[in-house]
Amino acid sequence: MDVYLPIANLSVNGLWIVALGALTGVLSGLFGVGGGFLTTPLLIFYGIPPTVAAASASTQVTGASVSGVIAHSKRKGVDYRMGAVMVGGGIIGAGIGALLFRFFRAIGQIDVVINALYVVLLGSIGILMARESLQLLRKSSGTNQAARRRHHPLVANLPWRWRFYGSGLYISPLAPLIVGIAVGILTMLMGVGGGFILVPAMLYILGMSANVVVGTSLFNILFVTIATTIMHSLTTRAVDIVLVGLLLIGSVTGAQFGSQLAVKAKPEILRLVLASIVLLIAFRMFLGLFYQPDEIYTVYPL
Amino acid sequence: MRALLLLFAALMLSGQRDPVLVPEVSQHDVQVRQGFTGTELLLFGAVLDPAGRAGQDYDIVVVLKGPSEPIRLREKERFAGVWVNADSNDFRSVPSYFAVASSRPISEIVDAKTAAIYEFGTGYIQMSPSGSINPQEQERFSLGLVDLKRRQGLYKEDFGGVQISEGVLYQARISLPSNVTTGTYSAETFAVTRGRVIASAVSEVEVRKVGFERFVELSANQYGLLYGFVAVMLSVLMGWGAGRLFARL
Repeated sequence: MDVYLPIANLSVNGLWIVALGALTGVLSGLFGVGGGFLTTPLLIFYGIPPTVAAASASTQVTGASVSGVIAHSKRKGVDYRMGAVMVGGGIIGAGIGALLFRFFRAIGQIDVVINALYVVLLGSIGILMARESLQLLRKSSGTNQAARRRHHPLVANLPWRWRFYGSGLYISPLAPLIVGIAVGILTMLMGVGGGFILVPAMLYILGMSANVVVGTSLFNILFVTIATTIMHSLTTRAVDIVLVGLLLIGSVTGAQFGSQLAVKAKPEILRLVLASIVLLIAFRMFLGLFYQPDEIYTVYPL
Repeated sequence: MRALLLLFAALMLSGQRDPVLVPEVSQHDVQVRQGFTGTELLLFGAVLDPAGRAGQDYDIVVVLKGPSEPIRLREKERFAGVWVNADSNDFRSVPSYFAVASSRPISEIVDAKTAAIYEFGTGYIQMSPSGSINPQEQERFSLGLVDLKRRQGLYKEDFGGVQISEGVLYQARISLPSNVTTGTYSAETFAVTRGRVIASAVSEVEVRKVGFERFVELSANQYGLLYGFVAVMLSVLMGWGAGRLFARL
């Protein structure tokens, strides 16, 4: 089924794009991540221009996170106060990200920067997750869960504390704001929702209670990807609505199957699987930095 | 057509012995709409010889060129083991599409100088490079650009792609891939004999987006904010709708 993408300026096989959307949808349903970290590189690999891929992937993540947010808010799994602070940070971050994007594009290093970011972030998070899930698997035979971690000492030192009832925290709002800004920058640069960074940051840096982490993360992703879509529409004009539609058809159905699967599978195994997928992508992109690229020359319109 | 006939008549009267080309393109208006996967243009026409010498050994060269654009070409280099963008070079007029077809290999038809003047081949495209003064470096960048465009299916050479029948009628098929830029394309036809271009003619092909595709492109470029909101609404509604749908099942 040939579909012409009016913004990307080329025709693609629509079924492949829907299948790609479904794959990321299953992942997001299973693991509570947006799946943008998989969509963007695969779209680029398929031949979609990188800017269009990043912009459209962030719009797709909006759709993939909506039903998750609704489901989590029904069982009170969203800390709206924390979420709002992070969204505020995320919007500031998206603005900074747009400036950085323009800067790196002007000096011609945007593709190198994006690749390097992917390698560093996916690599370190993949290793963290793999190590933790392996430890959990070994331990799960006997002892009960490890004691809940307090937040990072640096966070405790920040002034001007607020109470976050949903998360069970009394900390400065500056900490989630900074986390939000960082994720916003990454969303704009990499076309990812940032769930795979947010969830560990909320657990290990802020020390939020585990039952609101996924819901609040999805809440943040929802609003930050909305902001990035608008930002892209105004600056790069690279959101391809036809591409978004195709990806969404796959991902919204895939997400439902993914969440049904998630109920049946063991969480430690799920995390290990996610960790290996993340590491695999990081490794592939790592090699890409050092191997001679397919294209030595790249064209930038003036 | 009338202009061509007048030209033809004028040439007849003036006793000019060079032949006249009457070119035509199968499609003057290529519409890019949903399901567009590229198209094939048929460039055809006739060589009219005022002296009535049919069966003369003409060669025909057709060149189809897309709208030009200024670009910056960046070259990756290995820096501390990592491939990063290093040198760059600007080109002021790079045709977004370039295809040349001829009845015989170009080297057998004309010499390199003539080929360069008329851009008979992807190696002869005049792209007005600027920036680097070193001709060797410029050559390297030009070759890299042509190679890139060729692998994208946007630059092509088809020597032998023009068929001539009875020394009068010629035709060539040139395919446009789906990733072509919209704009006005020029189809130039040249009649060559004994290494000399003796007649040439130009016709135009308009490639444009129509219908929904044009609407999307216009909205994205002119009403960015509204377009962004529509894209967001689309994702939110689809995500929410799927959630509702599956909750019932």
